[in-house]
Amino acid sequence: MIADDIQALTTQLARDPSSLVFLPLAEALRRRGQLESALTVAEQGAARYPEMAGAYDLLARIRSDRGEGDLAFDGWTTVLRLDPDHLGAHKGLAFLSYRAGDHARSLRYLERAVELAPGDVALRGALDRVREATGARLVPGFTEPAPDPSRALEPEPGQALLVDREGRVLAGGVNDAQGLDAGDVVAAALAGVTREAERAVRLLGLGPWRRIALEGGPAHLELRAPTADSVLLVIRPREIPAGRLALLAERAAASARRWLEELV
Amino acid sequence: MIADVLAGLTRIPGVRGVLIVSRDDGLVVADALMEGVDGAAIAALAASLAGRMRSVTMALGQPEPVMMHVAGAGGSLLAAPGRHGLLIVAVAAPDVNAGELRLGLLDAAGRAA
Repeated sequence: MIADDIQALTTQLARDPSSLVFLPLAEALRRRGQLESALTVAEQGAARYPEMAGAYDLLARIRSDRGEGDLAFDGWTTVLRLDPDHLGAHKGLAFLSYRAGDHARSLRYLERAVELAPGDVALRGALDRVREATGARLVPGFTEPAPDPSRALEPEPGQALLVDREGRVLAGGVNDAQGLDAGDVVAAALAGVTREAERAVRLLGLGPWRRIALEGGPAHLELRAPTADSVLLVIRPREIPAGRLALLAERAAASARRWLEELV
Repeated sequence: MIADVLAGLTRIPGVRGVLIVSRDDGLVVADALMEGVDGAAIAALAASLAGRMRSVTMALGQPEPVMMHVAGAGGSLLAAPGRHGLLIVAVAAPDVNAGELRLGLLDAAGRAA
């Protein structure tokens, strides 16, 4: 892609901001190493087309090139929520996991990628290399234990609950105002909430939901979707500032995601 | 009065629309929306979602939330219950100052509804 082509695409996008030309333009800028400009174009495109998996895939690749692994990871996770069979997202997540030294996770993403593109010779080669790396790191017969989800989710008991999309408890627990276990009842209620939230944001063109915050009463609540099939509720007393609660929920969601992937 | 409340909220950069909604039936009582924003859909969805949220806080033995914020990749939906069965709802772009909008909605919920 030469500079004239980028200029032409830029002109085209300026003429019609709703055009999908942001995709080739941001990709061209990325390939030329103009990552700041590529990011701006891609972010504006993703905001305009929040349901487009390809826009988030592009954003994730730019983030990855910028060395922003966590943001790239979030981007490709969003892609998989929109399109669970997105080859680029599985490849990207495999790459990020490998780079982070998490070969077992990288292997899982690569295996799925090969299922999606069985004829991709390069992908099979990568899978073989990661398999070798994974095997070389483990003593035969040894299985690394999954992290304890209660430690990740519940610094204090009764303040975090991980449920599946059908409203069943996966980990953690919450107590009601009287201090009694309310996990099952809340899990059932959460299933309805997330379905309703998904419907609302989809119909309003707001893209996949990322977080839900509820304020009020003696406690504030934050909801996250660590994976496409799970929902995490984090509760803290109202004295905890909203921004800090959001951060705690984000970290708990990352822990929950790792734990769920270990279970697979 | 209601017009002032709506106008004040829509002046916040990034706000695409503000509505006062009947919580029971999800109908629009008043609105100030950017062109192309479907007020009826927002009202119905926000009222339904707020009802669902109540079920979570009820299960926890807590009172109704005073603020609900659903953040999507392409924007946010915020709602604050007011008096007389009304709900103040805002739809905003991803880059909105959520703190300012939150305060504005809480104020509006106390004043207009």
